[in-house]
Amino acid sequence: MGAAHNYEKVRTMANAMEIYKLLPKTNCKECGKSTCMAFAVSLLSRELTVDDCPPLKEDKLKANYGKLSDLITPAQGASESGMIVHEDKCFGCGNCVVACPVNVADDPHGAGIGRAPTSDKVILRVKDGIVRTSNVQECRRFGKDKILCNGCIVTCPTEAIEFV
Amino acid sequence: MKRQSMVILLNENYHVCTGCALLCDDIEVITDGKKITEVKTACRKGVSRMKGCNEPMSPTVDGQQVDIDVAISAAANILKNSKSPLIFGLGNSTDGAQKKAIELAKQVGAVLDDTSSFCQGPTLEAIFNDRIKSCTLDDVRNKADVIVYWGADPSNSHPRHLSKFSYFPRGQERQRGWEEDRTMITIDIRKSHTAKISGDKFYQIPLQMDAEFIDALIDALSGKVPKVSFEFDPKRILELANILKKAKFGTIFVGLGLVYSLADMEPVVRLMDKLNEVSNFHLIPMVGHYNMRGFNQNLFNETGYLNRVKFEKGNSTDVQHGAEFSIVESLNNKTVDAALIIGTDPLSSLPRSVAEHLLDIPVITIDPCETFTSRKAKVTIPSALSGVECGGSAVRMDGEEVKFEPIIDVKDQTIRPSDEEILARIMEAL
Repeated sequence: MGAAHNYEKVRTMANAMEIYKLLPKTNCKECGKSTCMAFAVSLLSRELTVDDCPPLKEDKLKANYGKLSDLITPAQGASESGMIVHEDKCFGCGNCVVACPVNVADDPHGAGIGRAPTSDKVILRVKDGIVRTSNVQECRRFGKDKILCNGCIVTCPTEAIEFV
Repeated sequence: MKRQSMVILLNENYHVCTGCALLCDDIEVITDGKKITEVKTACRKGVSRMKGCNEPMSPTVDGQQVDIDVAISAAANILKNSKSPLIFGLGNSTDGAQKKAIELAKQVGAVLDDTSSFCQGPTLEAIFNDRIKSCTLDDVRNKADVIVYWGADPSNSHPRHLSKFSYFPRGQERQRGWEEDRTMITIDIRKSHTAKISGDKFYQIPLQMDAEFIDALIDALSGKVPKVSFEFDPKRILELANILKKAKFGTIFVGLGLVYSLADMEPVVRLMDKLNEVSNFHLIPMVGHYNMRGFNQNLFNETGYLNRVKFEKGNSTDVQHGAEFSIVESLNNKTVDAALIIGTDPLSSLPRSVAEHLLDIPVITIDPCETFTSRKAKVTIPSALSGVECGGSAVRMDGEEVKFEPIIDVKDQTIRPSDEEILARIMEAL
């Protein structure tokens, strides 16, 4: 079971270095980015897609194109801020709902004090025993000024929330 | 201890979840008139209770489906012919049903016990007798800066415990959030889901070593060097003692892991006395069933004992109390000759060697859902799912009374009678 769990983790938590290793590493700038490392980061944040790298489509790198697509696929189920909720692991404790700084700021007398959310602006809320996302544009990991907030990840007892 | 007078009032859109003894009172539901189709804010445990049973129970006598009135009179007959019946359960029943069950026990001269006799009974007894200082969960949310889970894993047993009351919510005196304002400690024999959240404040001790660890902690709190027979860095015990000492408002949540590991509650009482000498500490038992504490309080108000009692038939003042009247001892010693089981499943929860006697005596079960016990019972009487199909009141794990209304329209003829109504009808039939 442990091995399966690790495998899943590798699948979902691709990092920029893993992606970079599969790129041409020529810094050809054809994608519009100045380096291949910058392209890897853009790929991770889903600003660009694998198809935006023309050299990857050449025969020499075809195999890497397939591997990269596989690596990025799990992220496609994620919300715009890159959040993935593993519904099978979540049991609706609501720790993330109460710990999320955006939820607290938008709903200080509801989610902020541990009660049911009373504002429509909250990002996380529990429905039918599983946490659901809405208003993801409000998430601190979203957009140009994003920061690597991890309030919902570290408070989850079952590792049901991940960001890509 | 007197029952706390504060009653938690409900927002009219909110319902109470009866999934566990947290009795979360901020649940929104969507119904189709007969069944709940969507539940908001409740945890998975609460949702599964509120959405109803997978296998609802039908009224039966000797395995044959019968009319509910026939089942009730068959139940009354069993109790009438029994010399020493056992009434057990009631942790999942409303206060009203529990009071009715106490009356019934007096009428038939029954042994009356609930799950607390092999659960949180000793902790509650110490609280009721004012041997241990307790507080409410709202106090914890508003004031607590040090929270200790000892032998408890609320992430699984009471999923919203951390998010609604203890660690994560902002409170009146804890405005800056969990990272700055609160410290959470877990003491357990394994790295549970809750322990994971505690991070480096998780203290893993070997099985059955709680009493020794308590004594070492008391030593550390008294400024002595703590010693334990197992491998454990004394510096970490001193570090723990320091955190506890500096607490402005500390709370220890006692789980079954600690209760089962101790012969009696003396070590816990000693620890609480010491903690209150050097600091300010409270204790709340992690009660499981939503109204187990209610049963203990109702029986305590009535008799002065919180479980394990025997009434003399027809003599309402004559009550005996002792370990021999617990369900485990009554079944082991075969001193009961019939059993009325309400809202619980002893055939599943007790060891086989103990529960076996239930197969030899006539058993009546009152439950909304089919259970292992109900499959072996002589008479089964289906009851309404309390909190969903019938209202009432219950006592939260911290002693607060919570009132709730039925969620589904009770005028619906297909809804089964409540536990209270069934018990009243059995008493009438007697």
